[in-house]
Amino acid sequence: MAKLLPEHPAWLWRDPDPKSSYDAVVVGGGGHGLATAYYLAKNHGMTNIAVLEKGWLAGGNMARNTTIIRSNYLWDESAAIYEFSLKQWEQLPAELDYDFLFSQRGVLNLAHTLQDVREATRRINANRLNRVDAEWLEPDEVAKVCPIVNVSQDVRYPVLGATFQPRAGIAKHDHVAWAFARACDAMGVDIIQNCEVTGFIKDGDRVVGVETSRGRINAGTVGLVAAGHSTVLAEKAGFRLPVQSHPLQALVSELYEPVHPTVVMSNHVHVYVSQAHKGELVMGAGVDAYNGYGQRGSFHVIEHQMAAALELFPIFGRARLLRTWGGIVDVSPDASPVIGPTPLENLYINCGWGTGGFKATPGAGWAMAHTMATGEPHDLNRAFGLERFVSGALIDEHGAAAVAH
Amino acid sequence: MMLLTCPWCGPRDETEYHYGGQAHVAYPENPSDLSDEEWAEYLFFRDNPKGPFAERWSHSAGCRRWFNVVRDTATYEVLEVYTNADPRPVVGSPAGGSR
Ligand SMILES: Cc1cc2nc3c(=O)[nH]c(=O)nc-3n(C[C@H](O)[C@H](O)[C@H](O)COP(=O)(O)OP(=O)(O)OC[C@H]3O[C@@H](n4cnc5c(N)ncnc54)[C@H](O)[C@@H]3O)c2cc1C
Ligand SMILES: [Zn+2]
Repeated sequence: MAKLLPEHPAWLWRDPDPKSSYDAVVVGGGGHGLATAYYLAKNHGMTNIAVLEKGWLAGGNMARNTTIIRSNYLWDESAAIYEFSLKQWEQLPAELDYDFLFSQRGVLNLAHTLQDVREATRRINANRLNRVDAEWLEPDEVAKVCPIVNVSQDVRYPVLGATFQPRAGIAKHDHVAWAFARACDAMGVDIIQNCEVTGFIKDGDRVVGVETSRGRINAGTVGLVAAGHSTVLAEKAGFRLPVQSHPLQALVSELYEPVHPTVVMSNHVHVYVSQAHKGELVMGAGVDAYNGYGQRGSFHVIEHQMAAALELFPIFGRARLLRTWGGIVDVSPDASPVIGPTPLENLYINCGWGTGGFKATPGAGWAMAHTMATGEPHDLNRAFGLERFVSGALIDEHGAAAVAH
Repeated sequence: MMLLTCPWCGPRDETEYHYGGQAHVAYPENPSDLSDEEWAEYLFFRDNPKGPFAERWSHSAGCRRWFNVVRDTATYEVLEVYTNADPRPVVGSPAGGSR
């Protein structure tokens, strides 16, 4: 902690005007869109690619998340993609030649009820079967990992124990985006900001290009990687998605001395806390219950989150709030993402990551690139297609994903 | 924080309410005739517009009754409030009620 932020290279990416045609167009310049373009170029040798971003690069959820990375999900399909991602995170700073401060400080998922304990121990066993590192800690062991957690049994929801994933951690999200953007640019990918996709050009059921605020762009294949706006774009293309957009917010404190050595999450009392490299306490809350596209959340959600944080960390009683912000997350019925083909030919979708997609950035990009380049899902995303809502083969991660990250 | 007006109790803070998602999603008339695709539509697919949206709310900390709201999901402006007995308002029409 308190490690100096890395110096930026003199340049990161060019600022080209859009060409009239690309082999692949990725809609959305968040972490997932950039990772998709990166692996399209690196793994599939495609370089005539554009990433189209309506605002500024990675200014959506990528810039707003609490940066927690972990892979302790319940089901085999989820464990596979999140653990693949975690393995990528472990070597991406070297691969991208960019230190984005990936810090494997571990994550504690606290249990406060008997049901929590049962769910947690079940998940540990499932994780171990999938070779994901996971341990059960009793309250006194929780206090050893994170001495500032209140493990007194005299509170409303005492800590009954926790799962611990030592390899989990945090990373500097902006730097992750810039690292991917620079690597994409170096391989010839055009990163085009202030370019909103407003429609799709179709030849029958085949998508052959996109309409944008900067003109028409023809495309061999198109990937929709627009997180909270996926349904808005799908509607323009003429189909529906089983996702709903909700505001999700987070906040940071002023800078403090290093006091919080790990990541602590609690689904039950609902807060998650880590300390950024610079020293801010970073705290996340739950989604607003209603659909919304405003990049802000309700105040009562913050009140609830602060009450939970104070009970868990009495030491934060005098901490001062510096700022709050919100993002728009796309929540699917089974709390799992959708990555795969759409009802339209040449149009692929990556969405539905809800509150927890940052950690999956490399794996999501890898799988999406494979799907766009070959027209077929990768083993990593085969189970995550739209067809699961018809077949009923849902990947119900509510217990392990839900609103927590 | 949103102020929502319960048709029976009047304006109350959003924390008194429970959200119920899209309004006017009718249970299938002949459930046994539905294909898997139609069941998927009914169970999992809802509208998610950026703009006016007809949705259900329950005044769970008050009279506990359900009612409907047309709310702009981009601005959070409440455009219409109406009971289940009322006809679905035409949003944007001057006759559509209070604004
Ligand atoms: C407060 C908060 C906390 C979170 N915490 C965590 C966490 O701790 N760990 C974790 O794993 N995940 C977390 N997440 C979730 C994570 O941020 C998202 O799942 C992930 O960022 C989604 O992928 P993305 O990065 O591509 O999305 P985004 O960064 O949102 O990218 C989508 C992009 O598409 C662009 N776009 C939209 N419409 C158009 C259009 N018409 N034309 C062109 N471009 C368009 C948007 O401007 C945006 O930049 C959190 C999210 C929020 C909001
Ligand atoms: Zn009422």
